[in-house]
Amino acid sequence: MTDTARYERSDFQTDQEVRWCPGCGDYTILASVQTYLASLDIDREKHVFVSGIGCSSRFPYYMNTYGMHTVHGRAPAIATGIATANPDLTVWVITGDGDGLSIGGNHLIHALRRNVNLNIILFNNQIYGLTKGQYSPTSEVGKRTKTSPLGSIDRPFNPVSLALGAEAAFVARTLDMDRNHTIDMLRQMHEHDGAGLLEIYQNCNVFNDKAFIDLTDKSTRDTNRIWLEDGKPIIFGPNDEFGVVVDNIGAKIVEVSQVGADAIHVHRADDPNPSVAFALSRISQGPYGPTPLGVFRNVKVPSYGKVLEQQIAAAQTDKGAGDMAKLIRSRGTWTVDA
Amino acid sequence: MSDETLTEERPAPERIDDVVIRFAGDSGDGMQLAGTQFTASSALFGNDLATLPNFPAEIRAPAGTIPGVSSFQVHIADWDILTPGDNPDCLVAMNPAALKAHLHDLVKGGLLIINADAFDDRNLAKAGYDTNPIEDGSLDAYRMLTAPMEELTKEAVKDSGVKGRATLRSKNFFALGLMSWIYQRPVEPVMDWVKSKFGEDSPVTNANISALKAGYNYGITTEAFQHTFEIQPAELPAGEYTNIVGNTATAWGLMAAAEKAKLPLYIGSYPITPATTILEELARHKNFGVKTFQAEDEIAGIGTALGAAFAGRLAITTTSGPGLALKSETLSLALMIELPMVVVDIQRGGPSTGLPTKVEQSDLLFAMYGRHGESPLPIVSTTTPSDAFDAAFEAARIALKYMTPVILLTDGYIATSSEPWALPDLDTYPDISVPFASHDEADGPFLPYERDPETMARPWAIPGQPGLEHRVGGLEKDSTTGNVSYDPDNHEAMTHTRAAKIARIQADIPDVEVHGEGDELLVLGWGSTFGAIRTAVNRVRKNGRPVAHAHIRHVNPFPANLGDVLTQYKTVLVPEVNTGQLARLIRAEYLVPTVSFNRIQGQPMRAREVEAKINELLDGEAGE
Ligand code: SF4
Repeated sequence: MTDTARYERSDFQTDQEVRWCPGCGDYTILASVQTYLASLDIDREKHVFVSGIGCSSRFPYYMNTYGMHTVHGRAPAIATGIATANPDLTVWVITGDGDGLSIGGNHLIHALRRNVNLNIILFNNQIYGLTKGQYSPTSEVGKRTKTSPLGSIDRPFNPVSLALGAEAAFVARTLDMDRNHTIDMLRQMHEHDGAGLLEIYQNCNVFNDKAFIDLTDKSTRDTNRIWLEDGKPIIFGPNDEFGVVVDNIGAKIVEVSQVGADAIHVHRADDPNPSVAFALSRISQGPYGPTPLGVFRNVKVPSYGKVLEQQIAAAQTDKGAGDMAKLIRSRGTWTVDA
Repeated sequence: MSDETLTEERPAPERIDDVVIRFAGDSGDGMQLAGTQFTASSALFGNDLATLPNFPAEIRAPAGTIPGVSSFQVHIADWDILTPGDNPDCLVAMNPAALKAHLHDLVKGGLLIINADAFDDRNLAKAGYDTNPIEDGSLDAYRMLTAPMEELTKEAVKDSGVKGRATLRSKNFFALGLMSWIYQRPVEPVMDWVKSKFGEDSPVTNANISALKAGYNYGITTEAFQHTFEIQPAELPAGEYTNIVGNTATAWGLMAAAEKAKLPLYIGSYPITPATTILEELARHKNFGVKTFQAEDEIAGIGTALGAAFAGRLAITTTSGPGLALKSETLSLALMIELPMVVVDIQRGGPSTGLPTKVEQSDLLFAMYGRHGESPLPIVSTTTPSDAFDAAFEAARIALKYMTPVILLTDGYIATSSEPWALPDLDTYPDISVPFASHDEADGPFLPYERDPETMARPWAIPGQPGLEHRVGGLEKDSTTGNVSYDPDNHEAMTHTRAAKIARIQADIPDVEVHGEGDELLVLGWGSTFGAIRTAVNRVRKNGRPVAHAHIRHVNPFPANLGDVLTQYKTVLVPEVNTGQLARLIRAEYLVPTVSFNRIQGQPMRAREVEAKINELLDGEAGE
């Protein structure tokens, strides 16, 4: 925090007791979001947090901004109403893998394809936490839970692939415990005009602990975190010994020494064609083994809220401001004399 | 028509007070258009009128079959009429299926205008006729006039530039021209409309106008059509009139409400019959600052509206029964977080997909109770197409003043029908704006659930207002701070508070008015049965029998005097296009016995049937 900052993190905290389980990844994410908002020169009252139902959806109660805790799965739709009614607002959607990808999947993909001015944070813990541990649409095949005692036979979504399939203009992924990276992703999403989806791997230490262990454990994380950085070759590993190449078939992991540094794919988040970003999202189907993190896609597309405003302005220039008295006479009238 | 044709010798038209005409044909025959244009000319001529379009749910059911028949009924009169009429005096049948589907409604001795060209073996078989009804004497009870409309249309349009099978498309204009002659309607307004629609001098314009004139001239020159009719302009109250369709009136009423509320209008909706035309109408008026959002589904329709309400807009969502079911959960949230919104439900035949293009009043109990938890909402209903303007305005007024979602119930009949509307002076409509919350930090924290002592409405603080940041949500609220509260006493108090706020609206709505006399029989109605009930009651009164009519606009809460009114009558008759839903509410609320009269055929209530029921009840009482 610099001296010139308008806000402290505490300006974004409420007096409500935070009620997540001790150790839950949600705490870290809350801190990252509050820290990021405090760093901005945006009036606190211009932020709106909208959530659905689930553990993470309690989030708005803990943010000292405008907020709405809504209906299961419907946050993207309700937030769309806010953001299109008033495009001057900064609207954040807080959702989870059950809320956003199961019951609310439809609203999520439509908000993304329309490029509504929304910042969507998807807390992916690969489990239903609030209802105490049932498999979710991102749980791995074979997962044993109370509703899948013999192992889940659902094939999971990869949220990044799904968002790219919906042609979202901004798609990124991060880890709850990496606050700096989370804040960087929040910043890039926020600076992007239109719909953004940030998937955060969020540890549910009560019902699905260590789901992201490949990416978080000291012994494995350097081998498994593939950092995507715009304009840079995609190399990773403790000694940068691995890289990603992209060909007509897709993206795959190689040893840099085998293909030569020049063959390594240079990441371009602003590539208008989403196919390469999609290929990168397929390197791992979930947080198992080497998994890309960072901004997959960041392209400029006019945001829905702005285009709608432009249509209205154009209609007013074209036809003049509306006149009700004229409108009700517009279908032809006749007069009955007294 | 040109002057030379008008000066020809012909018998004087017979003067009649009113006529009910039904245009019927295949969905592809353009009967809706013919009916609408006939109506428009009649309106401009100064008749009173009421219309009833009736079309299949399928966009194009198999041509020539009975399910594919589309019809448009119009009642025109030189007096103040209230319904599109029970039975047509004149039926235009463009093919055998149309004849078969509608003949049973035609009054005995009625006029039957037939497109003879369509009565070939194939079409007769498709309609299920073994013999040709034109020839087999089965239509002897009617005054039948046939014309080879297709041949004559083809001939008339041969120089228009329209070629091939497309020439037949103009046959509805031929029929319209012929009907305009028989009922002495001006055709100039139709020609003006065709030109504005298809271009001053396009092939389609030429074809349609040629067919129209050919139909009119065929009437003039053909012996069979020398008996014509004339309906004088109606003695409507002085004023400026337009012919208005119900859904248009609803859309305009909402726009007027937004203007008087000094708020931009926001509608989030998903297309559904018969509500879609409201969204379409509003989408045309972006220059009024109206934002229309076609959502991905019904749930997102109300979701976006609720978001817009939170952001401080006059929020609307429109739907029909199945869509209202999908909106139910978000509607409960809207009433929990107490944000204003109008949910327009254009009732149609149900359950499930039911009869999507037909009328029913069967969502009343659903509007009343179709939400989880204790979740009372105001319900406003609509009596006629033009009344939808005022009903929509009233729904918005209540929503804003009491910070609550309001359900506006219209139905498939009101949605698509039209009538003359005496244009109101918009300046006489009240200012319905409500101030957004204001708060002085010196007074302590902003309390988003601290209520207005008069209306019990909570303050409306919208994002962007500094110092009023607050959170709302579906979890139970503390009665003042709005923070999440699991306190048992608070929940009970809040449940009662939400109900009391809606009940309080009773003091802010007009008493129900009683029309008629006596203490024998009150006919109590709501919604689109108004015209049929009022017509029936007036006919019975004309015969010197005492009967009264009361019609409810506010279904929840009921008008304050309703209980007193009901107890003044020996019998309360409740006609409804459902199995008796208002009757149930009335009996539950007032412990008053009622007699139900129910028709659930996808058609508007008929005056004749209500009249018969009234007479039956009066006879019964007299006999006792
Ligand atoms: S159940 Fe899991 S996700 Fe929910 S609060 Fe507890 S740890 Fe966090």
